[in-house]
Amino acid sequence: MWWSNLFKNMSSASFFNFSFLPKYAAFFVQGVEYTLLLAVVSVALAVLPALLLALMRLSKSKLIRGLSGAYIAVFRSTPLLVQLSIIYFGLFGVINIPRYSLFGFVDLSRFIPGVVALALNSSAYVAEIFRAGILAVDAGQMEAARSLGLSKFDGMQLVVLPQAIKNVLPALANEIITMVKESSICSTLGMAELMFGAKAVASSTYITLAPYTLAALIYFCINFPASKAIEAIERRMRRGDKQ
Amino acid sequence: MATSNEIIRVEHVCKTFDGGIKALDDCSLTIGQGEVVSIIGPSGSGKSTMLRCLNLLEVPTSGKVIVDGVDITADKVDLDKHRRKMGMVFQHFNLFPNMTVKRNITLAPVRLKLKSRAEAEADAMRLLDRIGLADKADAYPSMLSGGQKQRIAIVRALAMQPEVMLFDEPTSALDPEMVGEVLDVMKELALAGMTMVVVTHEMGFAREVGDRVIFMDSGKIVEVNTPSELFDHPQHERTRLFLSKIL
Repeated sequence: MWWSNLFKNMSSASFFNFSFLPKYAAFFVQGVEYTLLLAVVSVALAVLPALLLALMRLSKSKLIRGLSGAYIAVFRSTPLLVQLSIIYFGLFGVINIPRYSLFGFVDLSRFIPGVVALALNSSAYVAEIFRAGILAVDAGQMEAARSLGLSKFDGMQLVVLPQAIKNVLPALANEIITMVKESSICSTLGMAELMFGAKAVASSTYITLAPYTLAALIYFCINFPASKAIEAIERRMRRGDKQ
Repeated sequence: MATSNEIIRVEHVCKTFDGGIKALDDCSLTIGQGEVVSIIGPSGSGKSTMLRCLNLLEVPTSGKVIVDGVDITADKVDLDKHRRKMGMVFQHFNLFPNMTVKRNITLAPVRLKLKSRAEAEADAMRLLDRIGLADKADAYPSMLSGGQKQRIAIVRALAMQPEVMLFDEPTSALDPEMVGEVLDVMKELALAGMTMVVVTHEMGFAREVGDRVIFMDSGKIVEVNTPSELFDHPQHERTRLFLSKIL
């Protein structure tokens, strides 16, 4: 390609020596797809457990509150890489997943443990997001529901949660952004996401730096516009809330 | 007017909050069928707590609340069922902001299978018509004035066909020009024979519409009497002091 000449005299340690691109672009394209798949699927899977954890956290029973609190504490106070390793070698050392390949490049025997680890980790954070969202709904809403004879469950489901969910959507979207970044850790266990792609290219071309520069650029170009968009939506929602 | 047919009896209710604040101190009272009882008193006197104990939004620390002959403070009482019989109107309306006016009104009756959706909607429209807000059925609460919101909150409670209506300072959060429209709805309700317990600062309402007035101070029921007696011939020094400050 015409721009291949641009990189001719660049050192292999140069920031922008992208001469590997014509041959290795697929690593990055598939890497991005894998990364987005990891992030979106793991946060989506985290939503229901997180809701359960949040409701448990707000329970009257000390035991139930404690169980949820312990889960959240464990997952927030240990590194994701450690959690990932324990789940991959521990949990999925026992459970065997067939080496089935999704879309041709997503190896389920690695993808599923990765997603499970990210989802378990994310659910601890999302639980706190939900808890804050539920507490942000005026207590009078639940009282009004109860005064009409609705059960606590109905009041939560029909009145409080729909308002809470709307409040937490931006935070939830931010959690996906966090996961896009955090999922890079999955490269250590051979999941072919973006960071893994960059590593693979670096080691097969001996161009040691530029693949990572490119990965950084790609991460930035996904996350920065996304976070700006979320901010804009948040601002609009706040305006809509004014009564 | 007051009859001997009692519907609510409160026996020696005490309420101490977590911080150790004693909001209610040995309060007893009875409310008869069709009676309109106003609760007045300085702020922090326990009026709202008293009212909220009547449908157990606040659980008494000790004492009994007996509704229709059933002690609702006992364990294993189906509170949800009891609360259906007691409509409540809040100072800050507490309409559900994510639902239309019509849905606010029909939510509980439909969910609790007391009415079909069609019936509930017909009832809602009839009730809205009565307060002149039928055209707001599909509006959201944020599009309404405070007075409109509170009238709809009253209608929402009425849609459950309650035996008793509890009002917790229903006009305190309203702009002055909107107080009248809410009080008018309440007067109409009283005239229709609804049993009402009203925590209020509207002395005019208490005097004109109420059958009895309860004066509370520091968590205690100080004086209970007919409006004319209580306002014109207060028996207790504290009642006299309070009335002299506000009238």
